[in-house]
Amino acid sequence: MGSKQIMNETDMKNSLKRITSEILECNQNNLSALALIGVKTRGEYLAKRISHLLKKWEKLDLPVGSVDITLYRDDFREVVELPVAQATEIMFPVRGKHIILIDDVLFTGRTVRAAIDVIIDFGRPKTIQLAVLVDIGNREFPICPNYVGKSIQVEKSSFVEVKLKEIDGEDKVILFTPEGK
Amino acid sequence: MNLSIKHLLGLEGVSRKDILLVLDTARSFRQILERPVKKVPTLRGVTIANLFFEPSTRTRISFELAEKRLSADVVNFSADASSLKKGETLIDTARNIEAMKVDMVVMRHAYPGAAQFLSRYVSSVMVNAGDGAHEHPTQALLDFYTIREHFDRFRDLRVVIVGDIKHSRVARSDIWGLKTLGASVAVCGPSTLLPRYIDTFGVDHFTDVEKALKGANVVNVLRLQLERQTSGYIPSLREYREYFGIKKHHLSLLDKNHIIMHPGPINRGIEITPEVADCEDSVILQQVTNGVAVRMAVLYLLSQNLRTATEE
Repeated sequence: MGSKQIMNETDMKNSLKRITSEILECNQNNLSALALIGVKTRGEYLAKRISHLLKKWEKLDLPVGSVDITLYRDDFREVVELPVAQATEIMFPVRGKHIILIDDVLFTGRTVRAAIDVIIDFGRPKTIQLAVLVDIGNREFPICPNYVGKSIQVEKSSFVEVKLKEIDGEDKVILFTPEGK
Repeated sequence: MNLSIKHLLGLEGVSRKDILLVLDTARSFRQILERPVKKVPTLRGVTIANLFFEPSTRTRISFELAEKRLSADVVNFSADASSLKKGETLIDTARNIEAMKVDMVVMRHAYPGAAQFLSRYVSSVMVNAGDGAHEHPTQALLDFYTIREHFDRFRDLRVVIVGDIKHSRVARSDIWGLKTLGASVAVCGPSTLLPRYIDTFGVDHFTDVEKALKGANVVNVLRLQLERQTSGYIPSLREYREYFGIKKHHLSLLDKNHIIMHPGPINRGIEITPEVADCEDSVILQQVTNGVAVRMAVLYLLSQNLRTATEE
């Protein structure tokens, strides 16, 4: 397995800033009904960072939630080690909100499908928009992100690891590719 | 994380790690019960049969709700409407139900060990929902969940179980599990209603309620089955209430930090007075709510065994 760093701390900071300003630009008329929801675990921290930027720039204090998709996985019966179900925390009414769904990596689109299902079980949002730090293509579902930090096309057998200060002590994104490719 | 057991037949011999995994998982399910849509798609396509060979309202509804909230398909079977009356044996009944491609079986039966016995003959995952006077593991797990919700620990807690210990499957499951978790357990009841070999359980035992309750954190009051009086275990219900009923003045004997539990259904004014059952330290209805979450966790964790079962 070969590995290559594709984002460092500065890249990540800039990407999040750009995503945040794009969210603001596209939601000029929805600011009062905007809410952020991160997909556990790393998406949750990215959601917190974006909410922090919005607070700093626009003095917007948005509701922030998180979803755990374990119980909504479509490969639940195929995995060997049972994933530990964590809590979904959406402590605000979802109905009528413009939800920004945030995850670290967008790959097959299956996680996003599950996350959308979780959110809909809490009520009917006005819109759900998707923000991801890295998009590595290879979609298996018809899902398209609204806000992307970095987009690269990789082999299906490759994968990306996002490291965040809050959990891993550093900010970086590494791409792993199988040998010989 | 997977459970190390394939079936949930009882808590005797179940590891601390497994019990804590169920309680941790139940926490996520507990929070689903507060949502507008109280349902997750996890067990879609899994069929669960509830075989209740003994009457039950609460446990059956609780299991059924847990199964439906996990999106499983559910079939119910109760003794009065069953082919048992036509002379079919337990194994045949279970094999027939299994032949209809059921994945999991939840069973209540009057004979101790019935679930364990069946688990040897059918390939479905078995959950014991009460077998005679033997065990009632999901009731005990929901008791532990409720205790943990209030104290956030088991060590150094004093749990007193009051009532008919001899015939109580809840008491047995509670004792095994609580000892594994490190709580200190005592039982109290008329000497006719204490098991003969109570010493082998390794718990304190009392026939004097006031002595038993001193400094307790958790009082689990068991239901007194009214037919015990006619079978000669107690002289009269009035005498039982007098000596073993939990009354308001008992609360002052307990540790400052205490809760009152009851597995239900309550005989108000016999084993517990209404003032105690409805007091603010009573968690009886919380137990019922937690029961659904705990049963969801058990079914979710055991469903992992289905995959391996199909592969074999």
